[in-house]
Amino acid sequence: MHWNVVFNNMDYLLWGVYPNGPLGGMAASILLAVLGSIGAFWLGLALGLMRLSGRWPVRIPAVAVIEVIRGTPLLMLIFWFYFLGPVVFGYTLPEFESALIAFVVFTGACVAEIVRAGVLALPRGQMEAARGQGLSYFQAMRYVILPQALRNMLPSFANQFVSLTKDTSLAYIIGVGELTRAATQVNNREVVAPAEIFLTIAVLYFIICWGITATGRHMERHLIRYQVR
Amino acid sequence: MGYQFDWSIVLAGEYRDWLIEGFILTLKISGLAGVCALVLGTILAVLRLSRVKPLEWFSLAFTEFFRNTPLLVQLFFWYFGSETVLPRAVNEWLYAHDFEFAAGTLALTVYSAAFIAEELRAGVFSIPKTQFEASRATGLSFLQSFWHIILPQAFRIAIPPLVSQLLNLFKNSSLVMTIGVMELTYEARQVESFTFHGFEAFTAATLMYLAVSLCVSLAISMYSRHFLRQLKH
Repeated sequence: MHWNVVFNNMDYLLWGVYPNGPLGGMAASILLAVLGSIGAFWLGLALGLMRLSGRWPVRIPAVAVIEVIRGTPLLMLIFWFYFLGPVVFGYTLPEFESALIAFVVFTGACVAEIVRAGVLALPRGQMEAARGQGLSYFQAMRYVILPQALRNMLPSFANQFVSLTKDTSLAYIIGVGELTRAATQVNNREVVAPAEIFLTIAVLYFIICWGITATGRHMERHLIRYQVR
Repeated sequence: MGYQFDWSIVLAGEYRDWLIEGFILTLKISGLAGVCALVLGTILAVLRLSRVKPLEWFSLAFTEFFRNTPLLVQLFFWYFGSETVLPRAVNEWLYAHDFEFAAGTLALTVYSAAFIAEELRAGVFSIPKTQFEASRATGLSFLQSFWHIILPQAFRIAIPPLVSQLLNLFKNSSLVMTIGVMELTYEARQVESFTFHGFEAFTAATLMYLAVSLCVSLAISMYSRHFLRQLKH
């Protein structure tokens, strides 16, 4: 075994050539995952609420977008934004940005389904009582339904963000310098230790994902006190 | 930008045949990995519920590790790392045969099995405990009551989530292009680099993926609706 190869390249795996160059390695993966999660949350919230709307011109496009995106492999979506952006927009987006857009869109569609399920799981009386108080539909959503529903969705969100963190590895394919790409570069340079290198980055990913899962569980335990019964 | 659309590329001739071959390989690798993952996932779920501590820990560690690491990294580990992990003779035999396909199938199987095990465990938990106690009391052994009483019921409840896991496997199979398995996404890239008509090639590939996914999700939702109605009676 050649574990020294891993130790010698650890800084490259963790943050790339950062002070002297672009951020890379695990730091870039985390950045992609965090920005992707924030974007996906807002897009998913919008799409999910659109799908719940009673008006068909709002609902049908949301259903179509969600179903098409969820039925397509993420890799295909990344290619769409990267290779076919030029055909549509006339210029090529940088790798990092186009991968980020693909992650936001893909995860947003999954978050939309979580939001829909979370809102539907609340007792109907909540909405009816809120409307009966004289709140408008949007006010009722904003102040009564969503604060309760989002809390119940926390475990599903944590799962989704774990998936997103794992999926950031796909950005490697179009050339974003994140953790998986750093690992393949080290592997190509050193040749002798593929198993050690890929096992190491698997453990690095595992630590991040497990951290998200543990945080999710902790928040869930903390917030469960406020649940409606 | 003057992009000339030319749909004849994907509707006839050599390039269409490439895409169709790729689609068939995608179906083949996801089918094979799906069957293996169901078997491995069932074994993992049974180990996890076995109440034998070392077996439980093994299954827990296995599912947590493979669920929380990216499929792409696992794929690279099996593909590039097999030289270190496996004996030389086995590797030489593998290189002489279709090594890419084998590594891809293995990675997809192990990754999906971890998810399938969790779905099955959730399915088993939703069966009332008395079912198990009653079957033990009638004289069935632990494995017999699992096999004849618990698993058939758990599978029926777990069918919708299991099918959606298999659908994920089908979509994830696009990743094996990175190690050179010539499936649908790989062939779409090939057509793109040969003809510079990426738009048409990716549209055709996306439509093939969508056709399968949408049909399967429709079938799941029909099954759950039918099944839920049955449960209510």
